[in-house]
Amino acid sequence: MNNEITTAELIAGTVKKRRAREKRLKLYGIAAVVAGVILVVILMASIVSLGYKAFWQSFIALDINFDPEVIAPGGIRDPDTLRQADYGLLVKRALKELFPDIRNRRQKRALYRLVSVGAPDVLRKMVMKDPDLIGTVKTVWLPAHSDVDMFMKGYINPDEPESQRRLKDFQLAWIQRLIHENRLEKRFNSLFFLSGDSREPELAGILGALMGSIYTIIITLLLSFPLAVAAAIYLEEFAPKKNFWVDLIEVNINNLAAIPSIVFGLLGLAVFLGFFGLPRSTPLVGGLVLALRTMPIIIIASRSALKAVPPWIRQAALGIGASKMQMITDHVLPLALPGMLTGTIIGLAQALGETAPLLMIGMVAFVVDIPKSFLDPATVLPVQIYLWADSAERGFVEKSAAAIIVLLLFMLIMNALAIVLRKRFERRW
Amino acid sequence: MKLKFSGLAFLLLAALTFNLQAAGRDYIYAVGSSTVYPFTTTVAEHFGKATKFPTPKVESTGTGGGMKLFCEGVGVNHPDIEDASRRIKPSEWERCQKNGVKDIVEIKIGYDGIVIAYSRKAKPWNLSLKQIWLALAKQVPDPKGGNKLIPNPYKNWNQIDPKLPNQAIRVYGPPPTSGTRDAFVELAMEGGCKSFEWIKAIKKEDKHKFKEICHTIREDGAYIEAGENDTLIVRKLEADPTTLGIFGFSFLDQNIDLVAGATVNGIEPTFENIASGTYPLSRPLYIYVKKAHVGVIPGIKEFLQEYTSEKAWGDEGYLADKGLIPMPEEERKQYRKVALELIPLKSP
Repeated sequence: MNNEITTAELIAGTVKKRRAREKRLKLYGIAAVVAGVILVVILMASIVSLGYKAFWQSFIALDINFDPEVIAPGGIRDPDTLRQADYGLLVKRALKELFPDIRNRRQKRALYRLVSVGAPDVLRKMVMKDPDLIGTVKTVWLPAHSDVDMFMKGYINPDEPESQRRLKDFQLAWIQRLIHENRLEKRFNSLFFLSGDSREPELAGILGALMGSIYTIIITLLLSFPLAVAAAIYLEEFAPKKNFWVDLIEVNINNLAAIPSIVFGLLGLAVFLGFFGLPRSTPLVGGLVLALRTMPIIIIASRSALKAVPPWIRQAALGIGASKMQMITDHVLPLALPGMLTGTIIGLAQALGETAPLLMIGMVAFVVDIPKSFLDPATVLPVQIYLWADSAERGFVEKSAAAIIVLLLFMLIMNALAIVLRKRFERRW
Repeated sequence: MKLKFSGLAFLLLAALTFNLQAAGRDYIYAVGSSTVYPFTTTVAEHFGKATKFPTPKVESTGTGGGMKLFCEGVGVNHPDIEDASRRIKPSEWERCQKNGVKDIVEIKIGYDGIVIAYSRKAKPWNLSLKQIWLALAKQVPDPKGGNKLIPNPYKNWNQIDPKLPNQAIRVYGPPPTSGTRDAFVELAMEGGCKSFEWIKAIKKEDKHKFKEICHTIREDGAYIEAGENDTLIVRKLEADPTTLGIFGFSFLDQNIDLVAGATVNGIEPTFENIASGTYPLSRPLYIYVKKAHVGVIPGIKEFLQEYTSEKAWGDEGYLADKGLIPMPEEERKQYRKVALELIPLKSP
């Protein structure tokens, strides 16, 4: 009797303490979540606040006289002549017309540098596309030089001493005049989405790296998904339990998933480039290396998806006379597929962000032309970010941030795809 | 079904592999120095836009790493052009010869200054080569006198010279794989080292020992290797104005609002001073071309023509805008001839 009372009292006495403990645990959890959210918000804010500016860029409007004497002397208009014409001269003439009183050689050079060195290419493309432009005068918006763009975006402070600025006083005066005449303004930067890499920040675009990433990921997916799923099915459904060799393979797969990715790059260098002689810097080799990297991750995810299928489904299938093959393809696989797909997409998203292994196989390179196949030299998005972040020109700072935004969007799309697929294929039992 | 699918993928891959063995490469492939990278890529871009040839692919591997790839052999899998921020070493030359890379054309493209930069937030720095060596060498002469070397005791700049600030010696610089590091060691460290007569005398007796004394950089944390990333060094200088950073002139030129270059032996690192050769830390930059690839890989001749044209490497060419210091006109003419006639190097 006495005893029972003391036990109840004992319990009553600890209730308060235990509740407080529970509350503390909850608080720790909330604090961890809040800290994580704050860090993500800071990261995103710093990237977005820097990167969104790259989506707008300064353009200068010039009245270009498409002089037939310059573009197609003698009236010959075949593509070769049109390609090799001196479009830079057209730009220079238009600038000279705007600022006729500049005679000094140094100043003239500075004047021409208000416009990007890529401006003649814009004209070249226009003429190649529509040769009827020849002989007309048209106002064209041409990309401004990165220094001008930096000034327009407020990165160059005109109050600093002249020697510490990349734009001199007379250049700033020209810029003010252009702004005043509505010839200089920030416009949507379609070049960024439509061109490959460039040494000039104002011309550099993300499309080359984006296509490289897509090609690489396709190879990775085609190779790693079927192999990994097949391996998982064998290990889960067929392999004998408690077998030394099976255990050994299991341990190795788990190890592989944890190996630093640069090791896969070295392997790729030795095997794919050295032994098979595949071409360097191509999405094909990049995809092969990343497939090796991704496979263990997919195997592990697929195996746990298969394990999660309740055993009575297998027993029921076998019980009504299905063969093992039918049991797997008709009953187990459909139920495990959502989990497998999620694992695959997480693995691919990780592969999308890899740089280190690609360094070894030469995908960290300056590639201007947009890759058109699995065998063209290419870079991928994270490599492009790395290369831009390493460039001296200030304009690349915001380009790197913008490229990060594109990469994050790509990842977001892939993760959304994972959720959609899972929801679609998910079955309850 | 899955199994069939993966089998198909394998077949596809195998077929591709065989196709590739037969196929060539239709674009120029360059590797090498991260210092020359901005210049070669700029030329590549201009070349790609103005001609019918594809834009060359340029990899930034460091001079040493690039030489390794370049000298691996002749064939479409090996690079055509090597960017170098120093001359080819005899050991690399021999490796090239051994692997069948016989005719190598050496083209000097211009000069680069190595600057010792500091944040604009700090007070101006004036250094001499001797001070630089004393601050960064692993072993220095005993400050108490005598011809004896002791492990570098200097922790702060003012211990070397009272006129220098009372700040810890912390210098960010390139790693040993970098050509910039090689050039810095040769020009700055050796230059400062030689100002001690008795060390200079060692050179005649024992070249090896002299090199060991003069070329070894301290490893106690005063010199911080910052990888091949010069942008990173600029950011570090901004974050901590008491530190110094070593990098190429083009980075100073592009970031002139954030960092300034220390005067060395009283001479400022400006475009004019480096071009005229009065600034002591300037070095030539090179590209090396595999002659055996000319005519096999389309466009190499035209690429060299573009690289050595006045509009590229001339006094007012687009490479000067990127920070390359042009050679004097006489030298440009000489190397243009080498490039156009593909005159191979006799020996390094």
